[in-house]
Amino acid sequence: MNKKVAIVGLGFSGFGTTTPDLSYREMIFEAATRCYEDAGGIHPQAIDSFVASSEDFMEGISIADEYVPDQLGAVLKPVHSITGDSLQGLASAMMQIKTGQQNIVAASAFSKVSNLSHHEHLVSYATDPVYIRPFNENPYFIAGLEMNRYLHETGTTRDQCAKVVLKNRYNALKNPGACYGARLELEDVTGAPALSYPLGIYDMSGHLDGAIVVLLASEERARELTDKPVWIKGIGWATDTPNLDSRIEGMGSAVYAKLASQQAYRMADINNPFNEIDFAEIDDTFSYKELQHLEALNLCGPGEAGRLLELGCFSPDGDIPVNVSGGSLGAGYLHEANGLQRLMEVILQLRGEAGPRQLLDVETGLAFAWRGVPTATGAAAVISTRP
Amino acid sequence: MEDTIKVAGGTGLTADDIKSGKIFLTEDSLDCAYAWDTGVAVNRYLAELKQGKIIATRCKKCKRTMLPPRLFCELCFIPCSNWQYVQDTGIVNTFSICHVHWDATRIGKDEKPHLPAVIEIDGASEGMGIMHLLGEVDPEEIKIGMQVKAVWKPEAERTGSIIDIKYFKPL
Ligand SMILES: [Zn+2]
Repeated sequence: MNKKVAIVGLGFSGFGTTTPDLSYREMIFEAATRCYEDAGGIHPQAIDSFVASSEDFMEGISIADEYVPDQLGAVLKPVHSITGDSLQGLASAMMQIKTGQQNIVAASAFSKVSNLSHHEHLVSYATDPVYIRPFNENPYFIAGLEMNRYLHETGTTRDQCAKVVLKNRYNALKNPGACYGARLELEDVTGAPALSYPLGIYDMSGHLDGAIVVLLASEERARELTDKPVWIKGIGWATDTPNLDSRIEGMGSAVYAKLASQQAYRMADINNPFNEIDFAEIDDTFSYKELQHLEALNLCGPGEAGRLLELGCFSPDGDIPVNVSGGSLGAGYLHEANGLQRLMEVILQLRGEAGPRQLLDVETGLAFAWRGVPTATGAAAVISTRP
Repeated sequence: MEDTIKVAGGTGLTADDIKSGKIFLTEDSLDCAYAWDTGVAVNRYLAELKQGKIIATRCKKCKRTMLPPRLFCELCFIPCSNWQYVQDTGIVNTFSICHVHWDATRIGKDEKPHLPAVIEIDGASEGMGIMHLLGEVDPEEIKIGMQVKAVWKPEAERTGSIIDIKYFKPL
């Protein structure tokens, strides 16, 4: 059970607000082809097993699992899906190698959210039919409740949340895979129309289509396939109660992030994340989420994230650069592929392949994803250049 | 459901109990709308159907002429851009006779059953074809291996859909 697991291939495709030129199958085929080429041109016949992360409602096909194999080269192979964020899928793929059951496993996820006419409906159907749906609200009110409580409990300010938007959308200008790069002023965000108080329209990330495939391998196979492996040192995931009115630590806290990261840190033998994590790609589906998650991930103390952000601590040249890729606010929100999108930037940075936004001297990065409103599920992965 | 259902050891329920609010229920109906991008392969397939033609793609490695056409061979895992027209004739690989509607109600005495069938299309590789319907045929007469031909909708009524072919009838 102590086998080391490396990421040996990365491929992506799409990354547009709409992608009418490709079907989801063709988009994933492109991402998979790039991934396998990145892993030394491996043919999928040599891959032992495949894991996809998806949600049937997003695809409009029930038992969408059955539509996974073709575009990954997984026909007649072990295949299964995880109804969860793609970092949970990554954990599943990793475990297959750790147990010695498989040696090479692919993990994939995609978003074709542009094919949905009313994504809000699907988010609404994720709320409890007895307790929540009868109010018939736009479901993003839940983010408004969380943000308000988080600001109240920590003393974090509205402006500090807006500054997350400024940072991430500015960072995105250096990322060719980001769709929402912009140079904004504080008033652009704070003066924008309200969504669900205190949340404004710019505090929420925009939708993105795209596909990402990564290839994992045992240490032995990794050495054969690539000379630039990065290693999954730790992984963890956790889910709070679904009850909006009785979350274990209340609406202001992201306890799922705390528990998921504790599990990942323990596995990676990390005792002081602030000193041992060089940079982080963490969920910023909403502006306040980045700050709330930073605290829950123990990258700073409770209530400190906003102030440290203003000091530049999380900027590309700061102590712990956060969302150098632009995050979801700058790059666009990839839904169940959110986790692989966060992971992708960590891989590129650790390999030194991040181009104009490359960070210097990075060895260990953290990827963290949240499953979005109304969930209380998160997954974290610690990735390092050292096995 | 008007009669009381007897349940051993339980309490009987009637439809009226539910209608009158004696039993609490929460109702909701889902409203989801999707418009799937067809992409390159399916787009061309549908455009050709609108023209009254069936087109396939051919894999240069395994030499399969594949229906429905795809931009990549799922077995060889290479791109396929070699388009090839195939016939609108073929043979019945397997079929069924639907005695119930989609909602499981039985079809009426005078109603004709739907006849879904897998048609191996002439010109496509063995075992490849189109899942469609049979028509202009007595269900008793259908045989696996029977030769059939597409019956197309009039050109003006075609929309670029798999049902631009109305059904396949015996040759
Ligand atoms: Zn082939």
